[in-house]
Amino acid sequence: MSAAVSAIREPLITGGKTYHDITEDICAPTERTPSRAWIIAFIFAVSALAFYAFCVTWTVWVGIGSWNLNRTINWGWDITNFVWWVGIGHAGTLISAILLLFRQRWRTGVNRAAEAMTIFAVMCAGQFPLIHMGRLWLGFFIFPYPNTRGPLWVNFNSPLLWDVFAISTYFTVSLLFWYTGLVPDFATVRDRAKGWRKKMYNFLSLGWTGSAKHWQRFESLSLVLAGLATPLVLSVHTIVSFDFATSVIPGWHTTIFPPYFVAGAIFSGFAMVQTLMVLTRKVLNLQDYITLEHIDYMNKIILVTGTIVGVAYLTELFIAWYSGYVYEQFAFYNRVMGPYFWAYIGMMSCNVLSPQLFWSRKLRRNIWLTFLMSIFVNIGMWFERFVIIVSTLARDYLPSSWSYYSASWVEVGLFIGTLGLFFTFYLLFTRVAPVVAVAEVKSILKLAGDQYAGKEHTGKHPESADAHSHGGH
Amino acid sequence: MKTTHKEVLFGLYDDESVLLHAVHKAKHDHLEIMDVFTPFPVHGMEEALHLSESRLHIAGFIYGAIGALTGFMAMTWIFTRDWPIIFGGKPYWSVPAFIPITFEMTVLFASVGMVVTFFTVSGMGFGVTNPTLDDRITDDKFCIAFDVSQSEEEEVERLKGFFRESGASEVSTKTI
Repeated sequence: MSAAVSAIREPLITGGKTYHDITEDICAPTERTPSRAWIIAFIFAVSALAFYAFCVTWTVWVGIGSWNLNRTINWGWDITNFVWWVGIGHAGTLISAILLLFRQRWRTGVNRAAEAMTIFAVMCAGQFPLIHMGRLWLGFFIFPYPNTRGPLWVNFNSPLLWDVFAISTYFTVSLLFWYTGLVPDFATVRDRAKGWRKKMYNFLSLGWTGSAKHWQRFESLSLVLAGLATPLVLSVHTIVSFDFATSVIPGWHTTIFPPYFVAGAIFSGFAMVQTLMVLTRKVLNLQDYITLEHIDYMNKIILVTGTIVGVAYLTELFIAWYSGYVYEQFAFYNRVMGPYFWAYIGMMSCNVLSPQLFWSRKLRRNIWLTFLMSIFVNIGMWFERFVIIVSTLARDYLPSSWSYYSASWVEVGLFIGTLGLFFTFYLLFTRVAPVVAVAEVKSILKLAGDQYAGKEHTGKHPESADAHSHGGH
Repeated sequence: MKTTHKEVLFGLYDDESVLLHAVHKAKHDHLEIMDVFTPFPVHGMEEALHLSESRLHIAGFIYGAIGALTGFMAMTWIFTRDWPIIFGGKPYWSVPAFIPITFEMTVLFASVGMVVTFFTVSGMGFGVTNPTLDDRITDDKFCIAFDVSQSEEEEVERLKGFFRESGASEVSTKTI
């Protein structure tokens, strides 16, 4: 086994852990009473969630007029938030699926939490198109079902409907992928628990035993699901970008949108993963499993995708000028110099300029800077969507209908409210489920534990492992 | 809880490489292993136990094909037979526009179908409790189990000898 270990790879599990230590450390947060930090965070999150319920009720009761949208700017914070949340929801499946196919071992430290984040982010995203309908209770009209009105069907040629299929499929597949991975870990918690917790985890673990045949099928399932989820995750934001790209609005009608949206989605998703991981590893004391090495890897992805996004912004500007098409040229002039120039500056500085700091290895491994940067990127990506949607709509073909828009308190409340929804679910998740994939981390221990790997490995093999690992067969 | 009233003799190992050697040895000695339980997937176990390849991916392909056909045929029927509408001057049967939904349906059917199949064929599901041999198998112990319901005393002794020789840290019996 030790032959497969590279001496120059940094270890991904530190602290000389044994299998039992891994179980103890990762299951501990689900077994002890919540810390003060958790309780305070939960109170904030639930309050924001309550405010969300209030704002949704207000929107339904007073009507969509309680938002500041107008005839010209008919998409505002709602769709900005939708695209922002969907984008954030991309990192989880990217980590669990694409990195699984590429056999990246560092995914095991962060995949569980990132997948949970994906699911909650997609839930938040799904809220906005529904609330935006105004008549929330008719939301089921978006699904094609045989009805008594003809039957009248939905328009299968519309990207908005493709979105319905893409996002509901994405949500379902992410949920299944996440839950299947959780089953063996729930069994670990079950076998340690007593009383009502044992009953609960017994229910959640579906009768998992760890049989060799089950593990074989489990691995086969994970691999095929990863193979399916990889094109899926790329398709989702591609289809979201089609919402804009298939229109005939200058600034939206561009073929660069699909790759540019996908890169942006990965970028913002990893930023949110960093925000959560920096806090989670500290609060739950998981620094040995979510190491600086993991943070470094993710910052590299942020650097790459941030730079791709930057190239896309500049390409858009160049193509607008090169096209010789005045409406397109004006759309981009308006983005940079128009009434929403501040959003463009926010987008450029947060998304393109600031991640360039990550060329330095020292800065990539700085926790405080990583956290700050992750917040910057989250803000920058929100601005990106705002720039695309609002600044484009504000200056349409008819100067007489040009307009300006700023959000009402209800719209701001809905955004803050979905943050509450997101963090409420995330905090509950950290209490109920092992935040790091226990079984997967164990499976890489002998390849990436610091007593086996890295330049400074201690060479302190556990007795039994040492006796046989050099024998080979 | 399901019980089959099987008497099981099992040994616990502390390390997966020791376990793997033990499994090889058991196969070499022609001992009939009932099952092997591990806290995580151990590489090389499939070959050691001569497990046949999982057919789950074939099922996945079939589900995916059903999904693709369902999506595509439904849209075709609706837009050419049930309620034809012209959108943007395009033909009723505008195949390129059907691709995204066909793709999503393929992935949806394949994923849901495979997950349901996986849990069903493995005898798992909500509310199912399968008997386990030791609580530490999901923690840090690796287990080889033999069914000794029908075995003679002599055979049981031979298995215990096997556990001793192959480096098991604990040996016990349990009726499950």
